[in-house]
Amino acid sequence: MAIPLSWWLTVAAALFAIGLYGVLSRRNAIGVLLGIELMLNAANINLVAFWRFITPQALTGQVFAIFVIGIAAAEAAAGLAIIISAYRRRRTVVVDELDTMRW
Amino acid sequence: MAIEQALQIFVFVILTLMTLGGGLAVVTSRNLFHAALSLILSLAGVVGYYVLLDAGFLAIVQLLIYIGAISILILFSIMLTRGLMTPRQVQRNEQWWIAALVVFLTFVVLIVALWQMVWPIADDEALRTPNVAISQLGEALVGPYAIPFEIISVLLLVALVGAIVLARETENNQGSHAEAGSSE
Repeated sequence: MAIPLSWWLTVAAALFAIGLYGVLSRRNAIGVLLGIELMLNAANINLVAFWRFITPQALTGQVFAIFVIGIAAAEAAAGLAIIISAYRRRRTVVVDELDTMRW
Repeated sequence: MAIEQALQIFVFVILTLMTLGGGLAVVTSRNLFHAALSLILSLAGVVGYYVLLDAGFLAIVQLLIYIGAISILILFSIMLTRGLMTPRQVQRNEQWWIAALVVFLTFVVLIVALWQMVWPIADDEALRTPNVAISQLGEALVGPYAIPFEIISVLLLVALVGAIVLARETENNQGSHAEAGSSE
């Protein structure tokens, strides 16, 4: 394996940071969801890299990555349904304007 | 052997450019549709990572579920909620510079922590042969990991039924739709 574990973790950390920036700075709710997808992918890269370098004979890393992908699918479906429902009622998907529950 | 290693590093650099470049485009692009298309590029880079890490099954799963299903779902939602979000509109909020600062600090902390850590890397023999066959993975999912697997299945079912209930047009909404249409 030519690429050491630290490189993989660095790339995953960078992807996580990019996704976090997207979540914090986007005005559009779908943009926020895109950022969350990037962060989930960064976590998955970490899981697979740890499996490959630390416990290559065990199955845990890959099985957990599959679970994360399943959670991501559920999150995307529910999140986008909420956004479409909110858009129908309020005619906007800008998170600043969806402030009904703000006190 | 040296050629193989150089090739691996070359592929890794290309994939990193794809993943991180696509990711940056996702969070900075003004046009949300372009952002979603960049997400597909970024996810394709992650597929390459899985292949490079000898996790072939995960690469296929990533390709099918992320690129095949989730990206398409996001593209459809963008098209359904368009109109208001014209590309000219500013897409980032007023706190973006605070967000950038926080993210930068998070990144620095992560990098410092993971480069200082001494990882318990497996011995060379194990590293050379990461033998996880798809059949083993399948047996694990119905053996030791059966309960988490079933819980994920139920979660997916609940999420999908919930999504249908949330996004369905009710009588009420249709009424407000007609009003909005007539006032325009």
